Amino acid sequence: MRLLIIEDDREAADYLKKALREAGHMAEVANDGEAGLAIALDESFDVLVVDRMLPKRDGLSLVSELRSRGKETPVLILSALGQVDDRVTGLRAGGDDYLAKPYAFSELLARVEVLARRRAPNSAETVYRVADLELDRLSHQVTRGGEEILLQPREFRLLEYLMRHAGQVVTRTMLLENVWDYHFDPQTNVIDVHVSRLRSKIDKGFAKPLLQTVRGAGYMIRDGAR
Amino acid sequence: MTALGKLFRTTAFKIVAVYLIVFALFAMAVIGYLARHTQALVVSQITEAIDAEVKNLQDVHADAGIGRLIDVVVARAQQPGSNLYMITSFNGATLAANVTDIDNVTLSRQGWSEISYRRTDEAADNLHDSRALVRVVFIGGFRILVGRDIEERERLRQILAAPARWSLVVIVLLGIAGGLFVTRRVMKRIDSMTATSEQIMRGDFGGRLAVTGSGDEFDRLANSLNAMLARIENLMGGLKHVSDNIAHDLKTPLTRLRNRAEEALRPNHTDAELRRALKSTIEESDNLIRTFNALLMISRAEAGEVRKTMTDFDASEIARDVAELYEPVAEESGLTFGIDTPESLPVRGSRELISQALANLVDNAIKHGGTTAGSKVTVAARKSGDRIEFTVGDRGPGIPEADRLRVLERFVRLEESRSRPGAGLGLSLALAVARLHGGDIRLEDNSPGLKVTLAIPAQPGQTKGA
Repeated sequence: MRLLIIEDDREAADYLKKALREAGHMAEVANDGEAGLAIALDESFDVLVVDRMLPKRDGLSLVSELRSRGKETPVLILSALGQVDDRVTGLRAGGDDYLAKPYAFSELLARVEVLARRRAPNSAETVYRVADLELDRLSHQVTRGGEEILLQPREFRLLEYLMRHAGQVVTRTMLLENVWDYHFDPQTNVIDVHVSRLRSKIDKGFAKPLLQTVRGAGYMIRDGAR
Repeated sequence: MTALGKLFRTTAFKIVAVYLIVFALFAMAVIGYLARHTQALVVSQITEAIDAEVKNLQDVHADAGIGRLIDVVVARAQQPGSNLYMITSFNGATLAANVTDIDNVTLSRQGWSEISYRRTDEAADNLHDSRALVRVVFIGGFRILVGRDIEERERLRQILAAPARWSLVVIVLLGIAGGLFVTRRVMKRIDSMTATSEQIMRGDFGGRLAVTGSGDEFDRLANSLNAMLARIENLMGGLKHVSDNIAHDLKTPLTRLRNRAEEALRPNHTDAELRRALKSTIEESDNLIRTFNALLMISRAEAGEVRKTMTDFDASEIARDVAELYEPVAEESGLTFGIDTPESLPVRGSRELISQALANLVDNAIKHGGTTAGSKVTVAARKSGDRIEFTVGDRGPGIPEADRLRVLERFVRLEESRSRPGAGLGLSLALAVARLHGGDIRLEDNSPGLKVTLAIPAQPGQTKGA
């Protein structure tokens, strides 16, 4: 995956570049809004990571400009402002996801990977499959090995989100934002408990566990244990 | 700007000036009307008197002929203060008169005219120029003039003109004096207000505007400005308190952080020890970040910035969602969970902030809700009057009444809970969110346990609040 990091703090940008390379991705760095816009328009990237406050041209105006020129590269906006209304203005300007500073690298990595993959036109899919686990988005039916599994509505949405991003790491914050639509920190390990309940419904009694915990990052559903 | 220039520029002075002009014009109009009317009255009296005299003389002529008429006129003409008379023949010879120097034009036609005259008994060189109103009639080949002096009218005009002029002068002077008085008074109040506000701007937040107690518009203004100042002072005090708290409560974990890093730098550590030190450093930073975020959230809620993102939502749904989020955790801690909400409760506010406040309350209830078997946490939403009340109850040890207000403050944690994770900001945030919506938070005895009620108006605009 090829990324462009537009960030004026050189140390933060270098750290990100290095960490992304270790995760197997290529990253370019631009240090101000104008340079970033020029490179983003000129070359092709899978994801842009854009700091909100940049010299010469701020992050939001960069994203709007990019979108108005028809460039649809997914954008992750980084910002020291993390409140609800900032997030809303960030997404309205054309950003695809919003991450408040300071962040854990694992969180950024998971979001960037989800953003890059999202471009694949699979949103019209009505049935998600991972190994012998099937989720029908229309009939709201979940089966494993042909046997029906009864889920609460929230558990269904949780599983739906995990399966849509099968093979990708999904963080607790991403689950909280996308399944519950909350953007605050619940302080307790509420998500873990929900996931472990879901796991007991879909994995219990089966030889091959599908829902895995990724240490220090989050969860992933995929075919085949590591 | 000179003091006088400043005076002229004031609104009060301009208003007084306009009033003064309007009032003077009105006074002049009244006096003018009065003068005209009185004069007309005097003139009509004179004409009536002359008409009566002419009629009388006509009667005398009709009864006794011209000879008698002349006798009567001569007799009357000699009385002091008499009318003016003149009888001439058609060729102009004067037969009887007490006036002279009447021009021929006046005598040549019947009717009224206003003329200058001189009495016959006055010296010819007396240039005293008297005016008279006269009527000329022709009776049987003779011309008869009857008139009256109109000096009276002139005198009346003068009598009226003088006071009119004087009263105008007095009005103007009084107006200017009144204007100056009013303007100076207003300016004095304004100047004192300006002085006080400058003093406050220099940093003395204890200053207040003077209230005279007269209940006038300045007092009302001063009162509301004072209320505003009190609120600002209060907020500033809160801010200072908060920054003191922040300094204290953030320094402790920062010191811990630093100590750990320093300790890890000492020689002779194994890799595993170093990794552990780094891990705990990151954990400690995450806690600090969490505390910072909570503080930022509180100050944002207190500043009211979030108000523009308020929407209509269902309070019941929010309570159910938050309860659903925490229910598994509660059950893992051995607590049962009860939810009691009506079908729907429309409310206007920030869904995100209310959810977070409620989440904090539920999180507290689970953490402090006691460990005895069968302990229960209840979450309820209901409508009470025009307010929506969210209630979270637990069966834990509760909070002594004396501490109930204190725990709403930032960073306040009671001794019993110091050992548990948390920064003491959960209730503060819930309170800030409640106040942002014009509501409040109530802590009560749940006998046993603690019951926290977050109440907000269903429509925040209609209720007074922070």
